[in-house]
Amino acid sequence: MAVAAHETEEELPAWSLPASAGESIQLPSAWPERVTREWAWGGATGAGVRVCVLDSGIELAHPLVGTVQRSVAVTKDEDTITVADDDSGDLCGHGTACAGIIRSLAPECELTSVRVLGAGYTGSAKVLLAGLEWAIEQGYSVVNMSLSTTKTQYVDRLHELADAAYFKGTMLIASAHNMPVESFPWRFASVVSVGSHEAEDPFVLYANPRPPVEFFARGLNVEIAWLDGATITATGNSFATPHVAGLCALILSKHPDLTPFQLKSVLHLTSTNVGGGA
Amino acid sequence: MSDLRAAVAAGVFGADDAFRALLQATVETARGIFHAKASSVFLLDEATDELVFEAVAGEGAGTLVGKRFPSSTGVAGWVLVTRQPLVVDDLTKDTRFSRDAAESTGYVPRGIMAVPLLVDDSVLGVLSVLDRPLDVPFTLAEMDVLGLFGNQAAIALDLLRRARRAQAALEGSGELAALARFASRLEEADEDKREAGLQLLRALERLLAL
Repeated sequence: MAVAAHETEEELPAWSLPASAGESIQLPSAWPERVTREWAWGGATGAGVRVCVLDSGIELAHPLVGTVQRSVAVTKDEDTITVADDDSGDLCGHGTACAGIIRSLAPECELTSVRVLGAGYTGSAKVLLAGLEWAIEQGYSVVNMSLSTTKTQYVDRLHELADAAYFKGTMLIASAHNMPVESFPWRFASVVSVGSHEAEDPFVLYANPRPPVEFFARGLNVEIAWLDGATITATGNSFATPHVAGLCALILSKHPDLTPFQLKSVLHLTSTNVGGGA
Repeated sequence: MSDLRAAVAAGVFGADDAFRALLQATVETARGIFHAKASSVFLLDEATDELVFEAVAGEGAGTLVGKRFPSSTGVAGWVLVTRQPLVVDDLTKDTRFSRDAAESTGYVPRGIMAVPLLVDDSVLGVLSVLDRPLDVPFTLAEMDVLGLFGNQAAIALDLLRRARRAQAALEGSGELAALARFASRLEEADEDKREAGLQLLRALERLLAL
């Protein structure tokens, strides 16, 4: 039996696609024959791309970070979780470090800080989930998560949020663990997971043929922004992750319509070991 | 103390010392492998949201164990809240960190390597290694070794925590303490009373098995 034709485009496609509807969902295909770094981000600055740093806050007016568009803090008071604007900056320095790296790659991107760490240990997983949910609702294009949780009771919810972000057009970039532990969200396929390599070039990116760590970015002896306007040298996947977040901001500023699926494909195709180093 | 209670307690009291020794051996080994000035394990005290020095090798050994500081401060705090290992080589640039470190430990490290101590879905604390020699370039392979030490320290710390909980239960007024008192009475009783008690226990065991 024939199904009644859909009356509006918004209803298409849902769970199936009628034979006559293929034409109505034609998508632009502006990809070149070979995806090069020049095509992907040549001349890009990150302008117009909204990047969220889900971390310990960002120190305002740090010279390596520059303007922070908005800062909010997620707090938990007994069972109530609140997301509110906040001007107390960074409590421990980690978020400022990540923001500085993103800024160094994508100097004109918009940065927002969502503080979910640093105000005491207790209740951190729920605060993290609430912060991530808020960031997805706000529609940021890129969310940097140089953190993970091992709390298995929150894994299902975290997974739902990661998938929701993926389909809503928000790319989550998450630090992998280089320790023998089960942690999340970096293990999910709907995020971009990042480990470290030892090269000094911030644009060297390796695609890993053996996931769940999908990419390796610069994470060894990285000059990072530190509290009180200082800089310091540090090593860790926490710092490899914002390199990929910055790269994503660059790519999206040049190609704003890319979905997370396409964006991840561009990262792969421009990886140093896939021929993208050229 | 009765033989039976002593036997129960020995597993607990002895365990505390053994696990503390294992933790100490881990920090000594970590310090040795990395040719570092010091290495420490911090236990997270969730009740007070503080990190407590549990084992120290090198600088601060003998004076720092038991000292506490807020869980989300300093490099150890970063590692605890982000669950991510971290290495920083030039901490002295950060005057705030230097002052805090000097006030809490009397020793200002130049560099720190730190990993979270994770067991199942909990973070128990942090392992840190201070001031590895700067003339040897740091590599990610060392980061991986640090992670392996972290795993070992986490297991030792978990055993120590369990032993302490068991010890507290034996010494407290809860159900386990009542059982320990019963075992003690049974041991002290004369033969007839002990036989009667054991018969009662066997009957109780059958009843619980129904």
